[in-house]
Amino acid sequence: MQTVAKLIDTTLCIGCKACEVACQEWNDQEFTMGVFNNTYQTMPDLAPNFWNLIKFNELEIDGAQSWLMAKYQCMHCADAGCIAACPAPGAIMRLPNGIVDFAQDHCIGCGYCITGCPFDVPRLCAKTKKVYKCSLCSDRVAVGLEPSCIKACPTSCLTFGSRDDLKFAADKRAADLRKSGFQQAGVYDGPGVGGTNVIYVLKHADRPTDYGLPKNPSIPWTVQLWKGPVKLLGNLVFVGGLLAAFVHFIRVGPKESHDE
Amino acid sequence: MTNGWTDVANADVVLVMGGNPAENHPVGFRFVMEARRKRNAKLVVIDPRFNRTSAVADLYVPMRAGTDIAFLGGIIHYTLEKKLFHDEYVKLHTNAAFLIKDGFDFAEGYFSGWNAEKKNYDRASWQYDLDAQGHAKVDPTLENPRCVFQLMKKHYARYTPQAVANIVGCTAEEFESAAAIICSTGKPDRSGTILYALGWTQHSHSVQLIHTAAMMQLLLGNIGRPGGGVNAQRGHSNIQGSTDMGSWNNLPGYLKIPRANHATLDDWLKAYTPKALRPNSMNYWKNTPAFMTSLLKAYYGKSASKQNGFAYENLPKAGETENYGWGSFFDQMHKGAIDGFISFGMNPVANGPNTPKMLEALAKLKWMVMVENFETETATFWDAKKLGDKYYSTYKDPKQIDTEVFLLPAACFAEKDGTFVNSSRWLQWKRAALPPPGDAKPDQEIIARIFLRVRELYEKEGGRGARPLLDMTWDYTNPISPSLEEVARESNGRDVNTGKQVAGFGELRDDGSTACGCWIYSGSWTEAGNMMARRGQEDPTGLGLFPGYSWSWPANRRILYNRASADAEGKGFDPARTPIRWDGTRWSGDVADYKGDAKPTDFGAFIMLPEGVAKLFAADLLEGPFPEHYEPVESPVANPLHKSVSSNPMATVFKGPLDPLGDVKEFPYVAITYRLTEHFHYWTKHVASSAGLQSNFFVEVPAQLAKEKGIKGGDLVRVRSARGSVEGPALVTKRIRPLKVEGKTIYQVGIPIHWGFIGRTRGPLVNNLTPSAYDPNSGTPEYKGFLVSLEKL
Amino acid sequence: MTSRRDFIRTGVAVTTALGFDLRPAIAAARELKISRTTQTNSVCPYCAVGCSVVIHTLGDKARNVRPTVVHVEGDPDSPINRGTLCSKGISLKEFIVNDRRLTQPLHRAPGSAEWKPMAWDDAVERIARHIKNTRDKGFAEKDSQGRTVNRLPNLAMIGGCTDTNEINYLISKFRFGLGILSYENQSRL
Repeated sequence: MQTVAKLIDTTLCIGCKACEVACQEWNDQEFTMGVFNNTYQTMPDLAPNFWNLIKFNELEIDGAQSWLMAKYQCMHCADAGCIAACPAPGAIMRLPNGIVDFAQDHCIGCGYCITGCPFDVPRLCAKTKKVYKCSLCSDRVAVGLEPSCIKACPTSCLTFGSRDDLKFAADKRAADLRKSGFQQAGVYDGPGVGGTNVIYVLKHADRPTDYGLPKNPSIPWTVQLWKGPVKLLGNLVFVGGLLAAFVHFIRVGPKESHDE
Repeated sequence: MTNGWTDVANADVVLVMGGNPAENHPVGFRFVMEARRKRNAKLVVIDPRFNRTSAVADLYVPMRAGTDIAFLGGIIHYTLEKKLFHDEYVKLHTNAAFLIKDGFDFAEGYFSGWNAEKKNYDRASWQYDLDAQGHAKVDPTLENPRCVFQLMKKHYARYTPQAVANIVGCTAEEFESAAAIICSTGKPDRSGTILYALGWTQHSHSVQLIHTAAMMQLLLGNIGRPGGGVNAQRGHSNIQGSTDMGSWNNLPGYLKIPRANHATLDDWLKAYTPKALRPNSMNYWKNTPAFMTSLLKAYYGKSASKQNGFAYENLPKAGETENYGWGSFFDQMHKGAIDGFISFGMNPVANGPNTPKMLEALAKLKWMVMVENFETETATFWDAKKLGDKYYSTYKDPKQIDTEVFLLPAACFAEKDGTFVNSSRWLQWKRAALPPPGDAKPDQEIIARIFLRVRELYEKEGGRGARPLLDMTWDYTNPISPSLEEVARESNGRDVNTGKQVAGFGELRDDGSTACGCWIYSGSWTEAGNMMARRGQEDPTGLGLFPGYSWSWPANRRILYNRASADAEGKGFDPARTPIRWDGTRWSGDVADYKGDAKPTDFGAFIMLPEGVAKLFAADLLEGPFPEHYEPVESPVANPLHKSVSSNPMATVFKGPLDPLGDVKEFPYVAITYRLTEHFHYWTKHVASSAGLQSNFFVEVPAQLAKEKGIKGGDLVRVRSARGSVEGPALVTKRIRPLKVEGKTIYQVGIPIHWGFIGRTRGPLVNNLTPSAYDPNSGTPEYKGFLVSLEKL
Repeated sequence: MTSRRDFIRTGVAVTTALGFDLRPAIAAARELKISRTTQTNSVCPYCAVGCSVVIHTLGDKARNVRPTVVHVEGDPDSPINRGTLCSKGISLKEFIVNDRRLTQPLHRAPGSAEWKPMAWDDAVERIARHIKNTRDKGFAEKDSQGRTVNRLPNLAMIGGCTDTNEINYLISKFRFGLGILSYENQSRL
């Protein structure tokens, strides 16, 4: 199965927030009141009910007024810190198409995934004690629909496809930008985490932090440690959990097939 | 739009001025991005603010609100001076060669014919020099000093880059870099488009501003061309259709409202059926009698006969110089001259200028009917003192307001079928997805019930003016809630003898044998069915015309004036982008804006105009045949071009006790109002997603001004004008640059509009601030460029 | 016949490192919410770009069923928006299904400080009577020079820009029937 990906060409982003609302609508998330903080970005951060945020940044670059806008959400890493950190069986999984998905039914609310994430994406909901983040609309992707944010995006800042195709497109776009005089244009796709399935094209790839992206994302050492020596211990817990899931499957499976 | 959204992708240069499509029309903006991706198109943004559109522009130039004519006039000068215009196009397709009568002149801010006493123009000297046949004389060499081309050159000689920079507030270099990109489209194989919106229309000189844009596009040969045109983005889903169906001064299909001196249909036809001004002018409006008679037949049915002038007498008639526009009738209301008021889906307390005056006006009504999806500030104006908090503390208590108000619940878009016309002029049929909630009703039922009940009262009791009321047809199968399909069929028109739908307006007749509710919609519902519901995906020209998708007025034509995309022999100026082709016997491609089988040399390209060509010089407008830069009614400087005639001498400015104007000493800053992408007008403060994403009213303040005043981001500030005030946190930003005008530093303050005293999220109504000043031609209020003060609270 | 739902279920194999198939658990969590909806083509009511939308309702329009909107999404067949929408268009569900919608006629009596519900018939009756009285008072068959003008200067009307062409045409018949000249819509503003 091909790995799917999302390409974010920030040079085409107009900060219209269609992706933000599309995400909330599709996932039936409650709308909350924004705050005023001297910027058009009224949602200060990701939240358990807000998985997709455009960060706005007003600044001068080489003396010219700039207004950088970049969408921020789960990066669907190849080497996902959240999966590495998660102790709850079945709570986080990598689908064969590369999507890193959370199954809240199995989440124990420990928040280790938050620690494990180099992009600071998962958010713990105080009410449900579960962690939430972008699923790349795995439900839609499974039936051949593109993720909700990508479908809504008016300017084709967002595109969806196989990772290989999009990586090729991103490299080409960055090269074109460099040709048109933007020397620092480049691609951002998280080599430190084995590559991400969310790929950015940045006009100023030399300054990712101005777009709200970490400079050299990598999985924290604590989680690396957890992945190593402590993993054995973890797996024991994990197998116990899986047994429970298996029992659940046997119990629930037949009922599921009846209501077709 | 002359062209349409999908066509923007064909542009080489996109000029965004007087609009902010990335913010307000994000989906339409996708075609700008497509033009850039596919054609490496350049995006130039001229705006008071570095906005969301500017954020992705190739070039941004700041400007002072209300100086667009100076900027565009400067481009006209630049084009002529550097000979960058499309010479062949200008000679063939414009009135550049037409001679103007001796006596036409411009001096010290006035065109010839100014009557200082009456404060208006005698336009006699603005007319063409006619020959014995009544045709305009021309000089094809364009050298005669009385020809339009030479007069234009002279008029705009004053608009040098330095002069423009001094008025607009940018630098001459910035102006010239924009001009170079824009004028690069003067080459035959390049085209440039303009996207504008209320930033161009909300001025006391807005129609002249659009005329300047049209002139610029004509000089560059960009009208009628794919990727060209002058494109109004338009703000509401069916503002185009609503306008098509009439306004105070128009009947449906842009037929003029009768005046009192047009006693008979013949008088009216004589006044409004134009005569050709050139031998090769098709002068399509010569068919006005067929359109008008068919409308009267649709309105008055069997009561309309040849003998009674098709019941023309029934139509209301305005006095020769009377104005019944927005500003006028709300002024009349304020004077107590209006008893009743009906509103279908509008909220004048929020969206009209000068809210304090609006509130006083509504309190003078005897009764008012509001048909709405949500409660509005207008419906509940009588509680403004309480709900509007400090802003209306001196307003009347409810018990002092005798207006009886009916707030009727209406179905929303999803609960009704029918058509919206988008800004591309596409009529798109939609279907009802569910019934309205509770006891809400579709508007057709609300209108019909009231109308039919009023008629019953006249039938029973008699009364004044019964005839026009009872003659009006309402013969729908279900009169109490007319099927919108039936209404759409009536708009299209039919042969009254055979009952067959007409195929297009070419079939309409002036003898009463056809009935048609809106002639420009003829062809939308033919014998072949509902053309507006079509969903064809074919695009044979590859230009994004999609002739089989929905239906476009007029005649399913997608690019207006498309005949002008080709030269005298019918050969396209740009072989790669030819919307229509002449094969020796017929035109193919887009529906030709021309006679389908007429030779290219038979007629002028602009078939709707008596000239047969487009008008660089237009004597129809009230304040001059050439646009001139006039300052806003409230301005921080006297007009640098002619200080004693600073603002538009013809501007409509009300002068009642609640119409004060401010002075620069007390109100030193220029203010503009605008929308944000998260909201739609005053509706979405009721909608959870929008109310969440932009919960708070705010004021955008230039960083330098903020520093002078000690204002930090988030500090509460008060913006005050001569009419009223608003308060909110400051958004301090470098995106609004201070400007140098006449050696003075000018600051502009930005005020988004979406709040009010009713909604899921609330805030001040920004029209507390705006003046009762309007464009004299269109009646649009001046929301861009009025004076305010700013203080930290 | 293969049920659409079979297809719509998350059909990909989901395996953990240990090889267990967790598909049913995920499928249950991620049932596609538009898998059993009725789809209606409509056009966004906000700006004039004219984006087509698909309104997904639950309920098949059968006699005793009242449809409810579960989702609104861009219509990919439209050459204008090709399925895309802005932040407002994509949340049209919140506009349609909204607890602030008006659901009954409301009346504010002269001098009153509150709304009171009113039956439709009563509202129509009172409005019609107001129009008749206003017209009887102000309708001018002739102007001061004795010319036929058939106009009604003391009644003003606005609107239509948020409604369909067909409603606008009916408004034109309504106002010209009554003789109203003072009529405007949003295009002036």
